[in-house]
Amino acid sequence: MIPRSTYQRVLRLVGLLTVLVIIAFLVLPAAVVTIAAFNDKPILSFPPQTWSWRWFGRALAYEDFRQGFFNGLIVTAWSSTIALCVGGMFAFVIDRYKFPLKSAIEGILISPLVIPHFTVGLGFLILAAQVGLSRGFAVVVICHVILVLPFVLRSVYVSLRNLDQSYEYAAASLGAGPLRVLTTVTLPLLLPGLVSGWLFAAILSFNEFTASLFVTSQRTQTLPVAMYNYVREFADPSMAALSVMYIVGTAALIAFANAFLGLGKVLNIEQSH
Amino acid sequence: MKPSANVEGEQTAVHFDAVTKRFDDVVALNAVTLGVGRSEFVTLLGPSGCGKTTLLKLAAGFLGPDGGSISIEGKRMNDIPTYQRGIGMMFQNYALFPHMSVAENVAYGLKTRRVPRVERDKRVADALALVKLKGMENRKPRQLSGGQQQRVALARALVINPTVLLLDEPFSALDKSLRTSMQVELREIQRKLGLTTIFVTHDQGEALSMSDRVAVMSEGRIRQLGRPVDVYRSPADPFVASFVGDNNRLRGQLVSMQAKQAIVALGDALVKVSGESLSGLEKSAAVDLFVRPEQFSVVAPEEPCAIKGSVVAQIYQGGHVDLQIECAGERLLVRSPGEQAVLRWPMGAPVGIGIQADRCSAFPAA
Ligand SMILES: Nc1ncnc2c1ncn2[C@@H]1O[C@H](COP(=O)(O)OP(=O)(O)OP(=O)(O)O)[C@@H](O)[C@H]1O
Ligand SMILES: [Mg+2]
Repeated sequence: MIPRSTYQRVLRLVGLLTVLVIIAFLVLPAAVVTIAAFNDKPILSFPPQTWSWRWFGRALAYEDFRQGFFNGLIVTAWSSTIALCVGGMFAFVIDRYKFPLKSAIEGILISPLVIPHFTVGLGFLILAAQVGLSRGFAVVVICHVILVLPFVLRSVYVSLRNLDQSYEYAAASLGAGPLRVLTTVTLPLLLPGLVSGWLFAAILSFNEFTASLFVTSQRTQTLPVAMYNYVREFADPSMAALSVMYIVGTAALIAFANAFLGLGKVLNIEQSH
Repeated sequence: MKPSANVEGEQTAVHFDAVTKRFDDVVALNAVTLGVGRSEFVTLLGPSGCGKTTLLKLAAGFLGPDGGSISIEGKRMNDIPTYQRGIGMMFQNYALFPHMSVAENVAYGLKTRRVPRVERDKRVADALALVKLKGMENRKPRQLSGGQQQRVALARALVINPTVLLLDEPFSALDKSLRTSMQVELREIQRKLGLTTIFVTHDQGEALSMSDRVAVMSEGRIRQLGRPVDVYRSPADPFVASFVGDNNRLRGQLVSMQAKQAIVALGDALVKVSGESLSGLEKSAAVDLFVRPEQFSVVAPEEPCAIKGSVVAQIYQGGHVDLQIECAGERLLVRSPGEQAVLRWPMGAPVGIGIQADRCSAFPAA
């Protein structure tokens, strides 16, 4: 029989290796892309022979990317904010009121939804054509709202469920009417859930590609769509450079959120109270 | 004497009239009638699930009754929302607003009442002084100990001069010594302010020591309402007898029955009890006799006694000794003052038990 300590050591080593392999797998694509971004040659080869920063310059200067980035910001800001308001109210109604089919609706909304993005995009394309709506930002925003709504709703709903009602009772007993309870107690206590819901929606919306491909036009295309169109024509490392900037940007955003709000709270890991 | 349940009009601060509350098929409160006098401290006492919290929530307006009516200061409250009732409430988990400082928590009820800044600051300071929390104004609730949070919650409820103070098991999360000192302190403040108070607990010691009157509840009904000493000495039914204070149940036999007094035979002993609860029973019918541990006395087995048994456990309590004595398969709890019992009645010793014959209560055998 192997002595227990050796057995444990082997086990720990195997465990450690497994973790390392998994991490390597997770990091691999990002690492490959990052290295490829610094290739001097106008091809996406790996590993590069000569090195340069120039594709970063090209990506930043490329008009479609700039346009796509700002379009993306507009669409993301609107869609996640609208989704937060609508989803928040909906979550409130589901949590607080009794109505027929409540549990059915609850079940559907809380389970992971499986309407493919291209279905939503296609649906909107058909609808927009039918109604004669021009392919402006409104259509893109509405489409995104529908895609991110379930996630926001779920996030707010979970926070509401975890909110101890005695806080609201306490406020009411102290003379606060329903509106005052909402603004001075309920919303402040839900804030972490609202922020995390909004952030999650924003990340989803900013990255959304499939449905956006259907509903955007040249004028309203978002960054992922612009990137797709770029790859169809060119195969140089500016795409890779863009990816690197994307990763750095996201990391900066999360660091910011962490510093000012606390990552645990934003990601809803910690309880708010 | 404090005002009693049947005092009408001015004296009654809170009145529940045949209040019924159902949750789906559970009847949480079944036609509960209770009047709380002005400045009175009434405790709702009962086992878990008997409806104490529900009754308090109805008074606060967090729930509406399915039947009956609730009035505060003579005004019907059934359709008045919580925020217009002028109550003060203290919750089991304190429910201090975590995103506000101590001072902001206490000031909350004054802000909703639009009390001007200067007066508000003064009243907050006074309330914090009353609960001995000066200097903690700017802390957040999570930076306070459990006992301190408790005091903030009390200050927050008191600062608005509520017409009635409602407390739902406010001390259950505190350790014993802190709980005792908070009980004394709450009672002092309540007396000083003359505050009508409804206090919920399932701790019978707490109920007996704090209240003007106790309402013993079970299964959605009030089983007995009375001063602590009455509830303890003359329980209205077997449930109250066994729930309030330690009690021993013994099977005896009715010997004779006169208007107000009945005599019950228990072994060789005859015990006098109040006859009211036994009215209508035939002679020699079986009765359940409830005897408090301190109404027993332990004697040597050869002396005349009611019951014989042997000591199976000794619990030294400092001021007194609790003996568990096994008699015919049943365990009796016997309380002996002082410390002599530890040596005098060792484990396994055969003993006789005598009964102090006029303080017991008896009910028809279940
Ligand atoms: N919101 C609710 N929905 C359904 N049933 C409820 C609800 N609130 C209370 N009940 C039921 O009503 C009964 C009384 O509950 P209540 O909370 O008043 O008991 P309690 O005396 O306060 O008990 P505890 O000492 O455990 O706090 C229980 O049977 C409980 O299950
Ligand atoms: Mg309760």
